[in-house]
Amino acid sequence: MADGAAKLKPESKSKKDIKNLVETIIHIIFLVLGLVAVGCVLVITIYLVISGIPAIREIGIIDFLFGTEWASTAADPKFGILPFILTSIYGTAGAIIIGVPIGFFAAVYLAKMAPPKVKSVINSAVGLLAGIPSVVYGLVGMLVLVPTIMKVFNVPDGSSLLAAIIVLAVMILPSVIKVSVTALESVPKEYEDASLALGATKTETYFRVSVPAAKSGIAAAVVLGVGRAIGEAMAVMMVAGNVANMPSLFESVRFLTTAVASEMSYSSGLQRQALFSIALVLFLFIMLINVLLNMLLKRQKEN
Amino acid sequence: MKKVLVCLFAAFMAFALAGCGNGGETSSTGSGSTALSGSISTDGSTSMESVIGALGEAFTQENPDVRFTYNPTGSGSGITAVTEGRCDIGLSSRALTDEEKQTLTETTLALDGIAIIVNNSNTVADLTVEQIAQIYTGAITNWSQVGGQDGEIVLIGREAGSGTRDGFESITGTEDECLYRQELTSTGDVITTVSQNPNAIGYASLAAVDDDVKTLTVGGVAPSEETVKDGSYVVQRPFVLATRTGEDLSPAAQAFFDYITSSDAASIISQQGAVPVN
Repeated sequence: MADGAAKLKPESKSKKDIKNLVETIIHIIFLVLGLVAVGCVLVITIYLVISGIPAIREIGIIDFLFGTEWASTAADPKFGILPFILTSIYGTAGAIIIGVPIGFFAAVYLAKMAPPKVKSVINSAVGLLAGIPSVVYGLVGMLVLVPTIMKVFNVPDGSSLLAAIIVLAVMILPSVIKVSVTALESVPKEYEDASLALGATKTETYFRVSVPAAKSGIAAAVVLGVGRAIGEAMAVMMVAGNVANMPSLFESVRFLTTAVASEMSYSSGLQRQALFSIALVLFLFIMLINVLLNMLLKRQKEN
Repeated sequence: MKKVLVCLFAAFMAFALAGCGNGGETSSTGSGSTALSGSISTDGSTSMESVIGALGEAFTQENPDVRFTYNPTGSGSGITAVTEGRCDIGLSSRALTDEEKQTLTETTLALDGIAIIVNNSNTVADLTVEQIAQIYTGAITNWSQVGGQDGEIVLIGREAGSGTRDGFESITGTEDECLYRQELTSTGDVITTVSQNPNAIGYASLAAVDDDVKTLTVGGVAPSEETVKDGSYVVQRPFVLATRTGEDLSPAAQAFFDYITSSDAASIISQQGAVPVN
């Protein structure tokens, strides 16, 4: 018996060792997989900085960021990206001004008022809207929206900042609605019950109690919409006209994203380097928005 | 019932497999007779897509073991790619510059007319090269100034670096002076946009133009194979094959090069709307 017990012990020890080894290996595999994402971000950041800096140095940061003229292939090339920066800011702001109120009220309705059947229909429609590829938005914009703008506003050509704003406003709707609905639904029911018990109407309760309680979540939804709008290229390229003008509602304009996308395939030399610099500027914008988003989400969690 | 279905399915699969086997055999004997294999890579002008695509298809049909690739990046990128040895043949829709000719050899494959297109509802039928230049530089801004109906002219063009834009601007002498309303990134986009806007004017490769838009005559000459070849239609440019000087092509690429510059390929080139020179 004792002999048997002595035999068993070392066996169970080696089994434990193997188990530990497997655990460690699995741990390492998951660590590596996790690091892939971090590695990608690092590689992209380093690559963008390395390839974006030379052109900025050559052109001069003031001339590059605040130059109002872009003529990359002219005999006397000019690389001022202020029109692109302003267009991206105006375009995104416009999309937010149109898209956020629609998205916000839709979210309040969906989260608080809608009967379950209507809610499920609208929810699946919003899901579909999120799934439509951006090139389809662009195509519909190009064939329907652009001629409509031309007729309604009696302008020679409908490809304009306005067309881009409308397309972007529709494109940000799904993210604004979904994140706002989640925020509104996570408001504790006791808050609303207390408000109702004090004699407030349902509508008063939703707008005076639920919405303020969910405000950081709704702000996160808006910032997410900003991120989506500022990074969109394909749909915008098809409706905005892509001429490097200073932004104006009915003028053909070029965004930061489309400035990179439209010239990249044929570019060479300093022009190509300058396109990387534009990408770097765009990247910084997105980083800023992400930091803001993370701050808002953190605050929501703390609440 | 289920058993019968399974039997039928199995029989079908067996036939299908037998079919595969047969197909494989015939293709291997086919390649055995020509004995040509390897890959041919081409890179460059997007305007040459239809021409080089049709030629590549015809060539690989005769030589099934050859792998043909075409990378539509644009004339500038194609020339860079062939200079750096990233492809066998660079495709350029403009003549090579003297600097480029130091390392590359230029062979003209075909000529391409650049069609000046307007909306189908436009009443203007003819413009001179001077008028086109004035329209694109903003000296003429209304269709009524060139004999059409009242309407502000909407200038549609291509993005900086495009071979078609470069060709158009150099022929009309409007480099860096065009006041585009829209700069689009493909020939198809230009045609779609012009077909949507009654006051638009645009330019596109003659090979790509269809009935959706109206093609203008320039100085009274309509763009066609004859008028491009004899030079009477002036808005035209060459389709150029660029190869590295003093370096032999691979056997497959050489065979392809010989084939597309031979008179056998001429009918394929003209079917695609370009004008063969050989």
